[in-house]
Amino acid sequence: MDLDFTESENAFREECRTWLEAHVPREALPSGDTKKGFALHLDWEHQLFDAGWSAVSWPKQYGGREATLFEWLIFEEEYYRLGAPSRVTQNGIFLLAPTLFEFGTEEQKERILRPMARGDVAWGQAWSEPNAGSDLASLKSSARRVDGGWRLSGQKTWSTRAAFCDMAYGLFRTDPGQARHRGLTYFMFPLRAEGITVRGVDRLDGDEGFAEIFLEDVFVPDADVIGEVNKGWEVAMATTSSERGLSLRSPGRFMATASRLIDLYHRHRDRSDPILRDQVIQAWMDAEAYRWFTFQTVTRTVQGESIGPDSSMNKVFWSEMDVRTHETALAIIGDALELDEGSESAVDSGYWMKGFQFALAGPIYAGTNEIQRNIIAERVLGLPRK
Amino acid sequence: MRFAFTDDQKMLRDTVREVLQRECAPDVVRAAWEGRPERAGAVWKTLAETGVIGMTASEEAGGMAMRELDLVLPVEELGYAAMPGPLVDTVAVGIPLLEAAGTEAQKERWLRPAIAGEARIVVSFEDQPIVAHAASAHVLIAERGGVAYCVPMSEVSVNAETSVDRTRELGRVPFEATARNQMREDVDAMGLFAMGRERATLGTAAQLIGLSRRMLDMAVQYAKDREQFGKAIGAQQAVKHRLANALIEQEFARPMVYRAAWSMATSAQDAEIHVSLAKIYAGRAARFVAKEALQVHGAIGYTIECDLHMWMKRAWALAAAHGDAAYHRERVGRHIL
Repeated sequence: MDLDFTESENAFREECRTWLEAHVPREALPSGDTKKGFALHLDWEHQLFDAGWSAVSWPKQYGGREATLFEWLIFEEEYYRLGAPSRVTQNGIFLLAPTLFEFGTEEQKERILRPMARGDVAWGQAWSEPNAGSDLASLKSSARRVDGGWRLSGQKTWSTRAAFCDMAYGLFRTDPGQARHRGLTYFMFPLRAEGITVRGVDRLDGDEGFAEIFLEDVFVPDADVIGEVNKGWEVAMATTSSERGLSLRSPGRFMATASRLIDLYHRHRDRSDPILRDQVIQAWMDAEAYRWFTFQTVTRTVQGESIGPDSSMNKVFWSEMDVRTHETALAIIGDALELDEGSESAVDSGYWMKGFQFALAGPIYAGTNEIQRNIIAERVLGLPRK
Repeated sequence: MRFAFTDDQKMLRDTVREVLQRECAPDVVRAAWEGRPERAGAVWKTLAETGVIGMTASEEAGGMAMRELDLVLPVEELGYAAMPGPLVDTVAVGIPLLEAAGTEAQKERWLRPAIAGEARIVVSFEDQPIVAHAASAHVLIAERGGVAYCVPMSEVSVNAETSVDRTRELGRVPFEATARNQMREDVDAMGLFAMGRERATLGTAAQLIGLSRRMLDMAVQYAKDREQFGKAIGAQQAVKHRLANALIEQEFARPMVYRAAWSMATSAQDAEIHVSLAKIYAGRAARFVAKEALQVHGAIGYTIECDLHMWMKRAWALAAAHGDAAYHRERVGRHIL
């Protein structure tokens, strides 16, 4: 065991810190979940990519710097510590890309990865359907074989930022003769094409961060199928643990939130009481716990272990921690919590109420925490399915 | 950065695990509960033969000069087995203190027997006059008025107190501070006790992780075996989610304990804060797992027929021993706020 960072890890931290300090926008960008903010976030993504910071762990040929997983965690710590913009390329870089690395053809990787990481082509996910949420395998959207490809029809929903994105990916039934998770295929499809209608949906915080996608005979060439036809479920599931596990929410984010909470607490000392104080300490400690749990997990990964269903523990922990941390912040702010962004008297420009509303989504997206707890109970503890 | 134990460290854990599996089954703990600690005493001897009791002693003294990082996994196993006795006091605190601060005569009399498993050491810190396992100990190392004492238990009488965990054999041990039982004056006794207290805290946290693991194992097994409405109760989501929550609490506490062990072993900056985090998380996890395990067991868990109670009561006692959550949270709070 060696819990110090190595010299080269420290040098890496220094390097990304130096770049980020010089380039992170002084003033926070408008929300990336609005049309105007999204465009500004893409500009930021171009900058990140051109300097080699967009996807640090990727191979150099796709614009990465072949950083180790620990270096990636270090990058994230510095990134969020400095309050850099949220990553609107997230659904591409951290969800689709791992799938492409595992199942994609050389042609697909060559064609897709660099524009994805630079934000030239923006990607949204299209997992859920109106009647297939937690029970994803009950999805109804389908694809029909045609010359040179497929025709996709159906409806997807809760598609993050799809109103502003260029492309999306999701599962479609290609074999109507097979049920549930069999007979599905993983497709990438255009969001601006004949037969596509995208309708933005305002989230809880009012931003148009969601969208519904209606597909009517949308053509997708064979080149945009990932993995084998009718094996889409296996392709999709292979990388869900990376979503729940590391890549979606690395510790740096929560460490940064905890530091901001401590700063907020100091600025509102007059409202302090022992309970609030304990909650602030707890928030900081939980971020620490998540950080060390992650270092342990990453060591296992580096040693070649696969993390599998253990990643569900991660997802429950960070999502519920994030809600508690924001609740504590709102308790410190007191009756001023209702002053929303845009209000002159809002504390920290409404950052905490906005963050609180976003935090509330955590236990729902990427597989609800109820589903995660089922996975933990059945696949880690070995309890019977029925 | 590499957060994993070495093969040697895991091997030592496995050795202890095997000894305890073989010799310290729940009926051995139960016998100690009922005032028959002889078989638990035999386990102590076996552990001494494996070298675990003397692991922290220097090589000249016949030990393995091992540090906190080597200690933490074997101690976790003690918790898993609910092994009775002052093993953490003896190994993590007593032997290092005796070696560092004992007079030649004191070392002559106690060090080798302690390493050989023939003498049990208990430790009394200044603000902890009630000593666990006082009744079965052979020697007391105590901090009184900033001075260190080494008191043979044969020369004092114990005023027994009753622990909710009967194996803990609590007692006050009034003793006369004499020149003969005073330890060396030319060492920083207070510094050594302060270090010993951190080690005792870490050892307590490690035991709490082991206790959690065992209680969770019991509850999971029970949930698989017990049938109601024609199926295992563990097939019910309400039960699954309780056990999933218990696992999460436990698994997020573990790295905190291992990290604190590393920090102590390497004298890292803020090591005592890391010990506090370890104690807070391990204590909270053990108490939480105890509660969930009891609920999953239902009425049988609410009896002393069921083994679970011995683990729960140990968990309650240890979660508060060497600083409860409030104490350690305050220490962390002073550090970060």
